[in-house]
Amino acid sequence: MSAGAERVAQAGTVLEFDRVDLSFDVKVLDQVSFRVEPGETRVILGAAGSGKSVLLKAAIGLLRVDAGRVVLMGQDITRLEEKDLVAVRANVGVLFQEGGLFDSLTVGDNVAYPLENQQVRGAVPAEEVQRRVTEALRFVELEQTMDQYPAELSGGMRRRVGIARAVVTEPPLVLYDSPTAGLDPITANTIMALIAKERDAKGAASIIVTHRYQDGQIMADFRYNSERGGLIPAAADPSSAPRTIFMVMREGRIVFEGDKASLEASRDAYVRNFVRR
Amino acid sequence: MSEFFKALVSEWQDFWFLAGRAFANIFRSPHYWDDVALQMEAIGVGSLPIVILTGFFSGFVLAMQMSRALNTYGATGQVGPIVMITLVRELGPVLTALLVAGRNASGIASELGSMKVSEQIDAMRALGTDPIQKLVTPRLIATCVMLPQLTIVADFVGMVGGFAISYFSLRMTASQYWTPAYQILEFNDFVQGLLKPFIFAIVISLVGCFYGMKTSGGTQGVGRATTQAVVVASVWVFVLTAFITRIFVNL
Repeated sequence: MSAGAERVAQAGTVLEFDRVDLSFDVKVLDQVSFRVEPGETRVILGAAGSGKSVLLKAAIGLLRVDAGRVVLMGQDITRLEEKDLVAVRANVGVLFQEGGLFDSLTVGDNVAYPLENQQVRGAVPAEEVQRRVTEALRFVELEQTMDQYPAELSGGMRRRVGIARAVVTEPPLVLYDSPTAGLDPITANTIMALIAKERDAKGAASIIVTHRYQDGQIMADFRYNSERGGLIPAAADPSSAPRTIFMVMREGRIVFEGDKASLEASRDAYVRNFVRR
Repeated sequence: MSEFFKALVSEWQDFWFLAGRAFANIFRSPHYWDDVALQMEAIGVGSLPIVILTGFFSGFVLAMQMSRALNTYGATGQVGPIVMITLVRELGPVLTALLVAGRNASGIASELGSMKVSEQIDAMRALGTDPIQKLVTPRLIATCVMLPQLTIVADFVGMVGGFAISYFSLRMTASQYWTPAYQILEFNDFVQGLLKPFIFAIVISLVGCFYGMKTSGGTQGVGRATTQAVVVASVWVFVLTAFITRIFVNL
């Protein structure tokens, strides 16, 4: 068990928001409270500008909250200094909206970056880095792009490299900021299958910000089939089902929180916008 | 009105905050020497051709203009010292700084700006690197090392430009031009001739980084940051040269 996973096991909660406020010129997070348990999947839906991406950034201390508490891996990060935050963030993988890949580094170097730069990890030997990078790229089926630059890849491939970089350290929590935005439906489903695969193969908790209801549906209704690859309906084996919780945000507030069934049963007009049958 | 001043003060404060962190990082590990070397190449070696070209022609033109004025007093022999003093004290540092501001403050601002808008800077923080340590400090060190050296090159090439005019057009010998030019230089001239580029280097690199790091609003924002960086850096070069000269003239 990694040090991060151990800490989670002790703390019990991976991420907790307690009445969090955050504003720039206008309020972007308004009294936001929720808890994410280990292994849980949380799908955050909401219109553009409803505060979804801001919430992810606040979760790892990239943005400072004005009021309330953010507890990450059992540690209150609300007032933590940047240099101490680095150690806590090492337990979290992040996929940024456009991938956030360093365009001056090759794909291989991008994926190796967290292993080589997170000092809390200590020096990882070069062969070990190489092995884990290859493994992470194989995970997203992009081993052959190792020496290419991100600009040479398609949007969907860049997103997949971003996932490889987010999971290469095997963190107990992975944040995905709009993993399918701007992708065609086929590529989008490939990406969601990878996210489900990461969840089911490694048991990491995931927070997925999206505006596509199907993304949440895939997470709630499908499991990764480790024997034959690909996704299978979860109904076949309900006991294996990790919790998938939906949250709907509107103008910085959480207006809905619950599982898929109660989301689909919701009568709220705004919430219903995000549910397609 | 008060909003405007508030924004101004807040920007000023942010700039000093960045400057403080960038300087403090020089004495803190980890050091990214690879990035320092890369930036030295981009800023120093990359600027060499344009600095040589501009240096040569500024000395060339200066000698031409001065020879005409000096001729009135029958003192064309003084062209060497005049070109030397003007270049070493003022034109060398300022012209080189302006070129580097145009070339590198803009380059730095657009590079960091693009990284900012494509979330690479956030990614860097999320993945355990201090972007100031990784991006700003290497650029600061590289510019501080390279700009004084570029200025020395510009001064020398400018003197050669002046010599070309003196030799071909004023029919002076090499020793008639170089000997008095060399003798006129004092310690004071060297100090201000090298102190200026050092201070300009700090301003140019930090202004470039500052506008790059605070870029917002997509590609348009990158363009805006680039322009602002060049304008602000250039203005500061002029303001600071006036201040430094004022101090040294009295010494």
